[in-house]
Amino acid sequence: MSRASYDGVVIAAPVTIPYVRYSTRDAHWFLGRALAALVKRAGVKKDQLDGLCVSSFTLFPDTAVGLTQHFGLSPRWLDHIPMGGASGVVALRRAARAVQAGDADIVACIAGDTNHVDSFRANLANFSRFARDAVYPFGAGGPNASFALLTSYYMRQYGIAREDFGKLCVAQRDNARAFPPALLRKTLTLDDYLNARPIADPLRLFDCVMPCAGAEGFLVMAEERARRLDLPFARILGTIERHNAFPDDPIQIRGGWALDRDDLYAQAGVGARDIGFAQLYDDYPVINVMQLEDLGFCEKGAAADFVRRNSFTVGGTLPLNTSGGQLSVGQAGAAGGYLGLTEAVRQLTGQTLGASVENARHGLVSGFGMINYDRGLCSGAAVLGRA
Amino acid sequence: MTPPLIKPKPRNPVRALRRPTLPPPARSRAALRLTAAAAEGRFELQHCCDCGTVQYPPRSACVTCLSTHLEWRETDGVGELIADTVLHHSNELYYRERVPLRLGMVRLAAGPSLLAHVHGDCGSAPTPVRLRAHLDKSGQAVLMALPSQDTTNMADDPMLREMTSDPKFRKVLVTDGKSAVGQAIARAMIDAGAEIVWAGVAEPWKQAGGLDALAKLPQIEQVTLDVTDEKSVRDLAGVIGGKVDILINTAEFHRAHGVADRGTETAHAEMEMNYLGLLRLAQAFGPAMQARAAEGSVPATAWVNLLSIYALSALPSHGTFSASKAAAFALSQNLRAEMRHAGIRVVNVFPGPIDDEWNQLLPPPKLAPAALAGAIVKALREGVEDVYPGDVAQDIVRRFRESAKVLERELWDQ
Amino acid sequence: MSGGETLRDLAGALAAGGVRVVDLSQTLSPRFPQIVLPPEFDQCAPFRMAEISRYDERGPAWYWNNLSFGEHTGTHFDAPIHWITGRDLPNNATDTLPTASFVAPACVIDCAAESARDADFLLTADHLRAWEGRHGKIPPRAWVLMRSDWSKRTDPVAYQNFDETGQHTPGPDARAVRFLVEERDVLGFGTETIGTDAGQAAHFRPPYPCHTVMHGAGRCGLQCLANLDLLPPTGSVVIAAPLKILRGSGSPVRALALVSE
Repeated sequence: MSRASYDGVVIAAPVTIPYVRYSTRDAHWFLGRALAALVKRAGVKKDQLDGLCVSSFTLFPDTAVGLTQHFGLSPRWLDHIPMGGASGVVALRRAARAVQAGDADIVACIAGDTNHVDSFRANLANFSRFARDAVYPFGAGGPNASFALLTSYYMRQYGIAREDFGKLCVAQRDNARAFPPALLRKTLTLDDYLNARPIADPLRLFDCVMPCAGAEGFLVMAEERARRLDLPFARILGTIERHNAFPDDPIQIRGGWALDRDDLYAQAGVGARDIGFAQLYDDYPVINVMQLEDLGFCEKGAAADFVRRNSFTVGGTLPLNTSGGQLSVGQAGAAGGYLGLTEAVRQLTGQTLGASVENARHGLVSGFGMINYDRGLCSGAAVLGRA
Repeated sequence: MTPPLIKPKPRNPVRALRRPTLPPPARSRAALRLTAAAAEGRFELQHCCDCGTVQYPPRSACVTCLSTHLEWRETDGVGELIADTVLHHSNELYYRERVPLRLGMVRLAAGPSLLAHVHGDCGSAPTPVRLRAHLDKSGQAVLMALPSQDTTNMADDPMLREMTSDPKFRKVLVTDGKSAVGQAIARAMIDAGAEIVWAGVAEPWKQAGGLDALAKLPQIEQVTLDVTDEKSVRDLAGVIGGKVDILINTAEFHRAHGVADRGTETAHAEMEMNYLGLLRLAQAFGPAMQARAAEGSVPATAWVNLLSIYALSALPSHGTFSASKAAAFALSQNLRAEMRHAGIRVVNVFPGPIDDEWNQLLPPPKLAPAALAGAIVKALREGVEDVYPGDVAQDIVRRFRESAKVLERELWDQ
Repeated sequence: MSGGETLRDLAGALAAGGVRVVDLSQTLSPRFPQIVLPPEFDQCAPFRMAEISRYDERGPAWYWNNLSFGEHTGTHFDAPIHWITGRDLPNNATDTLPTASFVAPACVIDCAAESARDADFLLTADHLRAWEGRHGKIPPRAWVLMRSDWSKRTDPVAYQNFDETGQHTPGPDARAVRFLVEERDVLGFGTETIGTDAGQAAHFRPPYPCHTVMHGAGRCGLQCLANLDLLPPTGSVVIAAPLKILRGSGSPVRALALVSE
């Protein structure tokens, strides 16, 4: 059975609730603000939102269900996506099919988290059964150790150097300087990157995202509905999703995208070379590199060469994480999985908060996440197009 | 190359005592089987009975064929370190105090990949390693990758020392240092590098062979200790309690007595020493040991109980003795639950009949005091918490686990 | 003089001096040795104290202990029922002995020098006659106390004085015991050591002659006495009353001697 297209369904109204390093507020507060921003942006009444999709790490003991009563909504379609950095792409996929099938008219997709002074440790303690049994007891401090191992392996296997990772980080920091909501906007030099405080060899401070509090959101609706509301929108050209790909790889060297990217580009009717900018999920630079390879920008193992031959600022040969990515904006929990989408929509509708990529017709958004034990299980990607 | 452990300098009394912290203790029920095996010094993983896949992390259904017939079996630790890192930062207090520390991913020849501590003498990835399971300070199993061959001072690796209780440089109390077993243990501790062995003697006017020779060893200090006397226990704890690193409770009253005999005085004497004696010691010595469980490089580390394999299933001819050891066993589990807050390892030793006067009528094989002492030193060095030394103990615990009721009947004929 | 006058005089002498109360008891403590039998027999319980509370969470305003000990722990009284030879005699237990037995004159036989020279020293009938030559005939119903200064041996090892051949402490020989019972009608025999019999008495004929003959004749024993060196050879009155235990074979006592200044 071939995949149905997304004709007639669009993504609109990107909202960002400003990030803060620490907040005494709860996730409900940030999500509520995202919802309010969507309502205002779309110029609709709250009860016109008849679909709701939520992602959050700090909403416990609530899920999307509790939020319906909390926020006074009575949706006819409801979903809760616990997929970390892949949540945005997956929420888009779910919401788009619901709208296409007529199960909902306007779906609000929101992701947000708070960050208390010890949120990070409290979340880690109960992240997953495998993490609790096989990672946390080693003091691994979240995904840092797993990605240190992965990075070290990658470097040894494919000859990619810290300078190559550094180049990506420096470019993203450059992109962040123009993006007001970014928490880290101080210039980052390659030297700063290379000599930063060690976290877990070979990872240093600027290889790691900064956890923070905040929220992101967008709406999914039929194209005619967007036009009637006078809402700028972007088209959904293709999407993919895959979980627990390549389980027999002894260490994660490729994600689900490697399995499904041909399908993605076939749906979208474009190739990697047509992509005007890429919002790749950047929890660690090595994952950026993995996505560049697995999404077809270069061959597997050729990323070092690719990185050296290209530039990744907003004005570069492949604009990457044009608002700065999580590495410079910060990771507001599950909202990290949405920030690529909201930035992509802004770029494609000409409504950027920071610098704009010129003449971009197609944007790629990629998501990744949920380090259950030793690898990220969830992956997804979407190709969006200018209207 | 692991540097050898050096004898610690005396603690600076003006500085605050470092309090014990613990690594994360939570585990799923399935993962606790790793702990159960490591408690006896074994590395076990789940093997699927239907398709043979070896699983890790511990699962509820086979990753390959979904079978729920997963059996825990001893597994070869041979593997390859495929990636390694040095952690410089942790959100966990315990690890924060112990960085930098090496972690790595080990691909076992048996199949799965396991995140593990990495011994300092292992080379960088890729390199062959041996994986072992050890109980960490929280009393839960963690994995450690060791070099393929033993290296010099291998036992002195700081992370490995966190999970073991090597007698080297420790101060040891043997509560009955006069009995044959007590003397053998005292000697074995000295041979294993203990700095002081306090040998407890309850009734100094009762002579015992061998005490004079033992007293000549410079590490030995004879102390008065009667575990049936609360004041005696508290007085000694007041004097040396703040220094004891390893407490080995050998005080034992043992007669061949049971329901077929008359009177409760023998049973009373056995309970008073074997059960209540343990309670008195725990109350008097426990708190100070716990307070010192993270002090310096040679902290308080272990409490060893000399129980009996008949604590599991009574030997009818020594019925009241078995009962007193069963009582002590239950209490030792209470003690272990208490001591876990400080990371002190409670080691239970379940020997079969010891080759002494109280087991004279039992047939061989019987355990020589020196062999028992050796088993205790080994358990301390390996960080094992349940020890079944000797052929009889091994045999009985196997039978007990297959069927306690069948064992009960089989002991009728002993 | 009437009994009433005697008692008044006594009370006055106790208050004003003239009559002193000498403590003949060792302190009951967990450290004090008790008798040790071969391991195949059940043992006399040692003295043990278990604190119930000490002005703490177990009892905020009070201090008290639970005690455990045997009938023959510490300074103690032996009743005739304690030995097989006395088991069928009338009024032979601590609750049935006539109370007059608990207050009696004492004759103190000084064997300190001999005991110091020889731990197995045996008091003989000849010794007793020689003593009587100096101090007069032993009156009927009196305690005969063998002073050995053994109570000054505060080291438990020296007090018990065991070696591979057993215990070595002084005591009476069989003839001395029979002399005291048959020819002097004593109330009983007392020692500073751990038994009224000598340490090696298991090998005598009969074994344990003091227990065998004294208790068989309905007489009593006192053991682990102290301060016998503070008593005159004659003239003191010993008060030693066992606890009134149902069919008791003995009990620890606070043994006292009234001595004229």
